[in-house]
Formats: sequence, structure tokens, C-alpha cells
Amino acid sequence: MSIFVDKNTMLLVQGITGKEGQFHTRQCIAYGTNIVAGVTPGKGGQKMDDVPVFNSVQTAVKETGANCSLIFVPPPFAADAIMEAADGGVDLIVAITEGIPVMDMMKVKNYIQNKPVRLIGPNCPGIITPGECKVGIMPAPIHKPGGPIGVISRSGTLTYEVVYQLTLQDIGQTTCLGIGGDPVNGTNFIDCLDAFQKNDDTTGIVMVGEIGGNSEEDAAEFIKANVTKPVVGFIAGLTAPPGRRMGHAGAIISGKSGTGQAKIAAMKDCGIHVCENLGTLGELCAKVF
Amino acid sequence: MKIHEYQAKELFRKFNVPVPEGEVAFNPEEASAIAEKLGGFPVVIKAQIHAGGRGKGGGVKLAKSLDEAVTMADDIIGMTLVTHQTGPEGRLVRKVLVEQGLNIINELYLSILPDRATAKNVIMASEAGGMDIEAVAEETPEKIIKVYIDPLLGIQAYHCREVAFGLNIPAAAMKQFQGLLRNLYALFVDYDCSLLEINPLVLTAEDNVIALDAKVDIDGNALYRHKDAAEYRDTDEEDPLEVEASKYNLNYINLGGGNVGNMVNGAGLAMATMDIIKLAGAEPANFLDVGGGADAEMVENGFKIILSDPNVKAILINIFGGIARCDVLATGVVQASEKMGLKVPVVIRMEGTNVEEGRKILADAGLNLISAVDIKDAAKKVAEIVS
Repeated sequence: MSIFVDKNTMLLVQGITGKEGQFHTRQCIAYGTNIVAGVTPGKGGQKMDDVPVFNSVQTAVKETGANCSLIFVPPPFAADAIMEAADGGVDLIVAITEGIPVMDMMKVKNYIQNKPVRLIGPNCPGIITPGECKVGIMPAPIHKPGGPIGVISRSGTLTYEVVYQLTLQDIGQTTCLGIGGDPVNGTNFIDCLDAFQKNDDTTGIVMVGEIGGNSEEDAAEFIKANVTKPVVGFIAGLTAPPGRRMGHAGAIISGKSGTGQAKIAAMKDCGIHVCENLGTLGELCAKVF
Repeated sequence: MKIHEYQAKELFRKFNVPVPEGEVAFNPEEASAIAEKLGGFPVVIKAQIHAGGRGKGGGVKLAKSLDEAVTMADDIIGMTLVTHQTGPEGRLVRKVLVEQGLNIINELYLSILPDRATAKNVIMASEAGGMDIEAVAEETPEKIIKVYIDPLLGIQAYHCREVAFGLNIPAAAMKQFQGLLRNLYALFVDYDCSLLEINPLVLTAEDNVIALDAKVDIDGNALYRHKDAAEYRDTDEEDPLEVEASKYNLNYINLGGGNVGNMVNGAGLAMATMDIIKLAGAEPANFLDVGGGADAEMVENGFKIILSDPNVKAILINIFGGIARCDVLATGVVQASEKMGLKVPVVIRMEGTNVEEGRKILADAGLNLISAVDIKDAAKKVAEIVS
């Protein structure tokens, strides 16, 4: 058992005929993900390898029963693609695209808010349930199937680092997901914590945050009140200067808000096992879990 | 992206937001001509740099005559202005805004920014204008009015009234204020602003509402649809190495004075790498994310940028291959090292996609690269080198 994606996920890929879309579609299929459709407006009727391509999400869902969409559409068209997916009938949208304007994402977030659909990302590596289904761009071999740990992160390669350290300690994962490095995103830490808490196969959680915003502080309060499983936390960017965007659009200390020190203090206050040296995260997890 | 006050005021004029009469001057002669054209004194001479706190630092002066205006413009242009936002090294002033003086009777604060937690645009306003708004927020939060706007709905009349009544705008200026707020909101949305701030917004003796100051930041990710605003970029206000890095599409930030340069793929891992360098007892010199799709050429350019920083005594390369393959990046490291020579010791840690091939490429190159088994080992090794 896992959260959000599993063996029953039937994936469609928006932007399947682009360079990234093609490459990662093949990678996901190789991992065993059931990719049933692709969408590229104007290329309906063609095929990408063996995957049928449609002009719209709606048609693709109708023809193939796809229940999840993975988005590789370039930033100027990505907000439109997410809203199309939300109206097209999938349950889950995973947006990889980096660089979507904030104004676009604010509209998307408000638009999909009351619809029966979950958005993961954008600007994220996606989600993987090791051994079952990969919906994203993460390197598959570093994961260890079978659980029992869930991983949530705002980052991409930093998530790989964390997962790899778990695997080296022989600690498997139920589901690993990146919620994205943008200031406005879909699924947040709390949504994932709640899902992992309710997931019987997950016995512990690793939460990887970074500077900027208050989502780690909010998550810490949520953990204190609602999560009985042990949580290991890590925050990146303690040496980042204020007022500068550290690569991720959301990784910025504004005034006194969003510092790593405040996040670590809040996490410690709420009983989270905070790892202060990334080099020892795997060892700490082995001790805690 | 930050823009100058005079550029922000250009946008204000375009959206019918009242600003003082004035123009930008690059030398005292131009300042003199503008002051004369304004046709009355006092005039205000304002240093144009991308940092706040200009008044306290001596970058804003009131001139009562043409002679004074020329002298003050001459003093300010060319000065190194130090404010709480420039750091102790300050910023060279290259231009000034010359503006008419106003009969101010009240100073207010007004800003619009995206609120990441609610995904709404928030209008913040306060009667405590002209002051440091963060200090106001901390000491007297009740003095700040916040009105949230749903981006799908846009600004409504009642939003404007809520702000206007909250600021105790006098009846005579009410209509003008609400029009101004609507226009500002339109500008904020149309130009994908990540911040629009007026501090102070002034009420004049003539019951006019005028933006005395203007600060606008534009979402860098949205510049593709604002070609005119993209022209506002002023590379004189940026770190020269950062300007150079941006030409190669590299995400580089100079941290100023650190001794360990580092190059990483991915922003989160890059921040964590800076942190672990510090924990190991050295100082990170920079943030450099070569990106998820990094190729050999980007690695080479990254090397070039890092080595241009004279403080760098050693380099740590931390690569976790995902989309970016270790063999490709290793090739980049070898090419760059051969072209530029290894002027400082390089510690390299590599993991992930095609790592074995990558390690072989590094080993076969016969270069004096120091390999590390994991991130902890890498940080330790690089810190030992610079200690």
C-alpha cells in the first residue's frame, strides 16, 4: 500500500512528443508504469512508441480511462495544461515543469481548489511508489521497494540524496514525492503527512524542507497535533543570504520570514527528529525508524 | 527582477497612477535641465539604485534652488551609497531622479504582493507611511490593513473601500484613491509583479493622492511576455560574476568572500552542499546549480565562473545524476580541467545515473581530482584543503 500512486495508476503524459516527454515516458514505462495515453495538441492519432497520442486530455481520458496526468509542457503553456487536466477527468496531476509564472499558478490553485483532483508540483521531480509505479523524472535504481518509510520534499536531487541514504541503510520506501520548489504549488507537506499517517504500510516519514515561506512551520504544528509516526526532518539553505532566490522560485528569505533557523526551531519544538548534517541523515534514520 | 524607481514610475504613468513630475538624469547638466523644466522649487534629487533606505544613507536630497540642485546631483552621482540593504560595501550611484517637491500633509504605506500560503494577492496598507514596514508589522501589527484578492475574481469596489476607510482617506480624496488602487492592481497583474510597493504614498494639501516612491519587482519567469519590462534590467546593479553566469543560463549566486567554490546539480542539493561545507569548517563561496539537464558545456562554464572568484581556494563538485547523467558531467569536468588547468584542488563526489561510467572517465583522465565517497567525505576533504 502506498499513497497517491500505485499499480492501478493509468498514466497519460501531456507533452509526450517533446524531448523531455519522450525520454521520461520511456523511462517510466521501463520501470513498469502503465502509460496508456499521451496528449499533444495537433498530433492526435499519432503514436509515441506504442503509446497513442490524443489532441486533448478529455479525449484521452474517454478513450483510455487514464486517471493520472504527468505534465512536461513548457512554462508559458503549463498552467493551461494543468487546468485542462483538472477539467479532463483525471484524479491526480503531476506537473514537472519549472518556471511557471507565479500569477499563473495562483489562478490554477484557486481554480482547482474545489475540484476532485490533486495536483503535485509544479517544479518537482514527481512521485514514485518503488516497485510499482514511477510518475516523474527521478532515477529509479536508488529506491528500495516495500516500505516502510515515506519521503516528502520540496526539492529534486536533494530528494534523491535522501532516498539513496535510506536505501544504503537498507530502509525501503512506501512512496517518495517532491511537492516542488515554487512559492505556489498544489499538494503541500500537510496533505502528504496526513496521507502517510493514514497509510498502514508507512511507519515513519522523512520530510525535506528548505528556506522560504512557512510551510515547514505549518507542517510541524500539524505533526505535533496529528502525526503519531516518527518524523525525521531536514532543512536546506542555512547558509543562504536573505533576499536572494536560491534556484527554486520559492527558496527565498523575505525579511525575517522563511529562515532555516526558524524552521529547525519549529520542527524541534514539535518533536521532529531534525538532521543538521546531511551527511548523517541515513544514520539518523536508522536510529529513529 | 528588480527595476529602478524611475522605471517603476514610468509603469505607474502608463496605468494612470499619479506620480510627481520628474525625469532621470545621468549627470549634473541633465539634472539642471530637468530642474529648470519643472519650473519651481524645491525639487528632490533621488539616487537610483536597487536598494532601499536611500534617504538615511544620504541618497535623497531636497534642493531649494537650481544651484543647489546641480551641486546635490553632482554629489550623489558617483557616490557609493551605503544603506541597510546594500551591505557595508555600498553601491555606486550612476543616475538620479529629479522630481518636483510636493505639499505633503500625510504619508501612507501601500503595497501589493502575492501571498504564497493563500495563493491570493494581498494588498497591505498602513497609515504609518514612510517608515520601515517590517518594523511596523513587528511592533504594531494592528496598524497594518490586509485585503486578500482572489486572482480569479480580481479587485472589486468593496476591496478598494476597505483599504480606503482603513487608511482614513479624507472624503475629498476618496474617489481618487480608489481609482489609484484599481489601476495599481491592474499594473500588478498585467506585469506579473512579485512586489509593488509605495512608501510613502502621500496626501497633498490640494487633496491629491500621489505615489512619492515606487518599488516594483517583476517575476523573472514571466519576462517572456513582458519584453518592454525585460529591457529595464540594469546589469550595473548586479554582481559581475552573476551577470556572466546568467549569460550561460547558470543559476549562480556569489556569497561574497567564501573560500570553497561549489558546483551542484539541483537547487536543494546545492543549498545543502553550501550548508555542509560550512558545517565542515570552511566557507561556501557561492551557490551554483547547473540544473537537472546539465551538460558538459554547462559544467565547463560553471568552472569558469567559479574560478573567476579570487577568494576560491578549492572546489567541491557534487553531482547526483538523475536526468543529468554522471558520464556526461564527468566529461564536462575533464574538458574544463584540461582547458583551464586545475588552478585549485577539486574534490568531486558523484552518484546516480551512469555513475560507474562517470567515475571511469574521471579516473582515466589522469587529472589530479580528489574523489570522495559521499557528501560527508567530500565536505571533510575540501575543508581540510582550505584550512
